[in-house]
Amino acid sequence: MATSVLQPSQLLPEDALHSFQVEAGDPFVFQVAKDQIVRIVDLEGNQAVDTLFYNAQDYADRYSAQDTIREQCNVYLTTGTRLISANGNVLLTITADTCGRHDTLGGACSTESNMVRYDLSKGHMHACRQSFMKGILEWGRGLEKRDIASNINFFMNVPITPDGGLTFENGVSDAGKYVELRAEMDVLMVISNCPQLNNPCNGYNPTPVQILIWDTNVQ
Amino acid sequence: MESSMLWTGTVPGGATWSHVLKRGTALRMTDVEGSANVAAYFLNFDIPAERFNLPDTLKAQHTARLTKGHVLYSDMGRILCSITEDTVGWHDPLCGFSNNTQVEQKYGKASYQQVRNEWHQNARDGFLVELGKYGMGARDLHATVNFFSKVTVDRAGDLRYSANNSLPGSYVELRAEMNVLVLLNTCQHPLAPGSDYAPRPVELSISRVSPPRTNDPCRMHCSENTRGFMLTELFFL
Repeated sequence: MATSVLQPSQLLPEDALHSFQVEAGDPFVFQVAKDQIVRIVDLEGNQAVDTLFYNAQDYADRYSAQDTIREQCNVYLTTGTRLISANGNVLLTITADTCGRHDTLGGACSTESNMVRYDLSKGHMHACRQSFMKGILEWGRGLEKRDIASNINFFMNVPITPDGGLTFENGVSDAGKYVELRAEMDVLMVISNCPQLNNPCNGYNPTPVQILIWDTNVQ
Repeated sequence: MESSMLWTGTVPGGATWSHVLKRGTALRMTDVEGSANVAAYFLNFDIPAERFNLPDTLKAQHTARLTKGHVLYSDMGRILCSITEDTVGWHDPLCGFSNNTQVEQKYGKASYQQVRNEWHQNARDGFLVELGKYGMGARDLHATVNFFSKVTVDRAGDLRYSANNSLPGSYVELRAEMNVLVLLNTCQHPLAPGSDYAPRPVELSISRVSPPRTNDPCRMHCSENTRGFMLTELFFL
């Protein structure tokens, strides 16, 4: 598999059913119906969009980074990648991608991991797992901390080297780049638009993203 | 490191084992025959909502493999276990564990009714049954580590399984930095080639060990780990 598969979409924003803007530092929770298309747009460039997915019928059957990586024998996500759940189901497929590479090993920042990674004084800075927690508690329906499992970091660049190194590099995304996914079943999508200020994942400047939803059967 | 042996035991291939590894003790796993695989998951036994977090472990130590000097982080910025000894050099944190569908596709179906204890087991079912004994389930099972196995990632991101990573007699030792619920499963690595169902046994031993000193190699491995130990020690104040 190539490192990246650049694939623009034919879908027009004016045909979308929904359009949402998500500010940096905010959660966004939305249930996507089977066959609907989700586009995430990096409006200003280099913005990490931390995202969890769940089988809407069974939240225990959620996106699994290890299953997704292993089943595709590749650590990066791009056009054609199937997002696999813990029970081996395909939750969504990436159908278009103008960025070319997305991470699923870097996880989501937390106030606690900020203390470890940067400084004990950083524990009061905003973090993705604060947003995930707020998002799932407001959504309710029994979701709690143990449901915050592995996530995808759309537009984030975390290269793995052949000798087993891992680094956070400057993003490969740019203003207006997007990734599009087709829901293969009804899925719950939980986004944290990353507030991180301590590493280059957001270019040290967290910015808003746009979420567009299309219904394929009305095209 | 001073140590005194408290217990030894063997886990056969394809089995699941759990134990609350107490702070101040260490668990040594020995690959008796070579080419074993031990899928492992860890939780803070005192507060099980706190559990092993793979991305935090990899990010803090800038690594996509695990060996001596590395530690295993929880999702709360604390250290569950430190890798204090390792004669293997590379343990796989990327590929997760086998499930029923995979094992049946790869090795064929062999039920308990047919072959008794030679039946084809898978790691996911093993973990779920074991977690159930502690009142937990599928929602509590997150990413795991594969000890003794090696999978490399090339420049394009493709995975490659390395055969013969672990020789007979290889061992790795985990020092508990809190009271850790350890779950181990000895099914084959999901990317191990071949169609022979042949999971390997591991020998386990538990020793009492001295607490990590100020110059402990895991503590000094990187400034992130020094802070991780500080936060772990704070938990016990």
